[in-house]
Amino acid sequence: MDREILLEVKNLKVEFGAKKNKFTAVDGVSFHIYKGETFGLVGESGSGKTTIGRAIVRINEISDGEIIFKGKKISGKIDPQLDKEITRQIQMIFQDPIASLNERSKVDYIVSEGLYNIKNYKSEEERKQKVAKSLMDVGLLPEFASRFPHEFSGGQRQRIGVARALIMEPELIIADEPISALDVSIRAQVLNLLSELQREKGLTYLFIAHDLSVVRFITDRVAVIHKGKILELADTQEIFKNPLHPYTKALLSSIPLPDPKRERKKKLIEYNSNIHDYSIDKPKWVEIRHGHYIFGNEIEIEKWKKGLK
Amino acid sequence: MNKILSVDDLVIKFKLRGRILTALRGVSLEIFEGETLAIVGESGSGKSVLAKSFMGLLDNNGWIDSGSILYDRKDIAKYKNEKEWLTIRGKEIAMVFQEPMTSLNPLKTIGKQVEEAVELHQGLRGNDAKNEVITILENVGISNPQSRYSQYPHEFSGGMRQRVVIAIAIACKPKILICDEPTTALDVTIQAQFIKLLKELKNKYNLTIIYITHDLGVVANIADKIAVMYAGDIVEIGKCEEVFYNGQHPYTWALLSSLPQLGIKGQPLYSIKGTPPNLFYDIKGDAFAPRNEHALKIDFVERPPYFDVSPTHKARTWLLDQRAPKLEPPQSIRLLRKEWEAK
Repeated sequence: MDREILLEVKNLKVEFGAKKNKFTAVDGVSFHIYKGETFGLVGESGSGKTTIGRAIVRINEISDGEIIFKGKKISGKIDPQLDKEITRQIQMIFQDPIASLNERSKVDYIVSEGLYNIKNYKSEEERKQKVAKSLMDVGLLPEFASRFPHEFSGGQRQRIGVARALIMEPELIIADEPISALDVSIRAQVLNLLSELQREKGLTYLFIAHDLSVVRFITDRVAVIHKGKILELADTQEIFKNPLHPYTKALLSSIPLPDPKRERKKKLIEYNSNIHDYSIDKPKWVEIRHGHYIFGNEIEIEKWKKGLK
Repeated sequence: MNKILSVDDLVIKFKLRGRILTALRGVSLEIFEGETLAIVGESGSGKSVLAKSFMGLLDNNGWIDSGSILYDRKDIAKYKNEKEWLTIRGKEIAMVFQEPMTSLNPLKTIGKQVEEAVELHQGLRGNDAKNEVITILENVGISNPQSRYSQYPHEFSGGMRQRVVIAIAIACKPKILICDEPTTALDVTIQAQFIKLLKELKNKYNLTIIYITHDLGVVANIADKIAVMYAGDIVEIGKCEEVFYNGQHPYTWALLSSLPQLGIKGQPLYSIKGTPPNLFYDIKGDAFAPRNEHALKIDFVERPPYFDVSPTHKARTWLLDQRAPKLEPPQSIRLLRKEWEAK
């Protein structure tokens, strides 16, 4: 069965600065996201994961490669009509619900801002209805529209952030570390909310995170990114069963286990990129098993193949 | 083991916009030399307030209403002025805060900032001080300390900055090191390395550690003892294994089962309903009762006392009363227990 591909990122390169100060944040990244799935992008800070998200929503300009959404190229110079279209269809949820909500605006305005920008409503009444509906969708009361962000708890604020994305009726939501800044007890609420909304509305998520334990729980497929390059990509279950790349193994070993005996026995793996000898034998992006991709050179691929379970 | 700090029935209040908030509602705690105590709870549970009260760092609108904090046979809860506190702060008890960038001075080199503490607390000067700084930087895992010495905080990554903060704390040669959410702002990989470092330092410098976090998942490795706090009260305290594998308070269960590590894929993750109680009002009964789906009638009427589970483990829940109905903990906790018993 061929699944519909919603978003395709091909050979994406994002650079900052120019000439001497040039820094390549994302270096030749390719992946695709199927409609209706949750795709995880995992890496440490500075790995370029956020930059990829921002490049997709056209905040960061790309230097090379292309991004294709529903069969149309959305990177580089595009038609203003299409620009408006994808502004609606691709929405973002941010990490810090305190920093990402304007403290001087009422919830009503915060949630409607996207609507105002693309004039996606006919009357004031319709706009208000939309705000009320999206607030209810995220488990808040419509009355909350007249309040300010500081009147809400961290979890509620993140719900406002989700409502603001939902009101645009997007197809793809890029959730950039949506729970990292929240208390553990509230993380669960937000994760459940995202899963629920996905079931109800058939949403597709690009879930950006540094914590593999969250990713294991919520994503269908996951890509591990390090210093601007994707090193391994597979079904979430496969990655947890068959982590091949040493960096993936290091990330897995750093998940804190809520189990003292196992946690104390656990060996922490630290990743050092010097272990790869890519001087002669250059690394390639290889499908090592159906749906399981990895970045390595021929010797490594041979070795990893033997380790597959 | 020697008792190093003992807190008895500590009540701390704050005055906010003319109203009085009770942040700690009678906390008692004993900490022994060389042990690592983890204090776990949601934001607003009072875990940071408790730790700050050990160093006289409560905000100006807060005060110790009653109770005592005994350190080295002195009741430091009675300390009033900075002069008294300076005999404790840094020298005896040092603290590492959450966000390393806000605890470092962006205008001073890393070396100078550690050196300040070395000069003040170890009385070293000139080259001696500098050598000591370099040793400490090396001990906290900063490579090339010689050249790193003259760099500024912005030239360090988040994890490295946190190592500098810990270097400053250690330069004071404290007996107790308080870490207040030291890894919350950091990546998991860095977090794991930081905890490993903390364990090494503990042995090297004979530290007693108080580790504050909202994430029970993080402390399994480092804690000897865990205190679970809710609404200004310790609801359960015990050895690390006891709290993880044989937790008794429904709030402990709730904290554990909301961890994605224990979640079962495809099923919604357990989440705690409602919000913590408003501490401006008096709390009747068990503070967690309104959010606890298994709450008993008495939970709304009378505050439960501590029931002993073992000599080192006690919990404040009526479920442990003989008359209470037997209640099964949630599935994820049962699985955790089974795995433990199987070994």
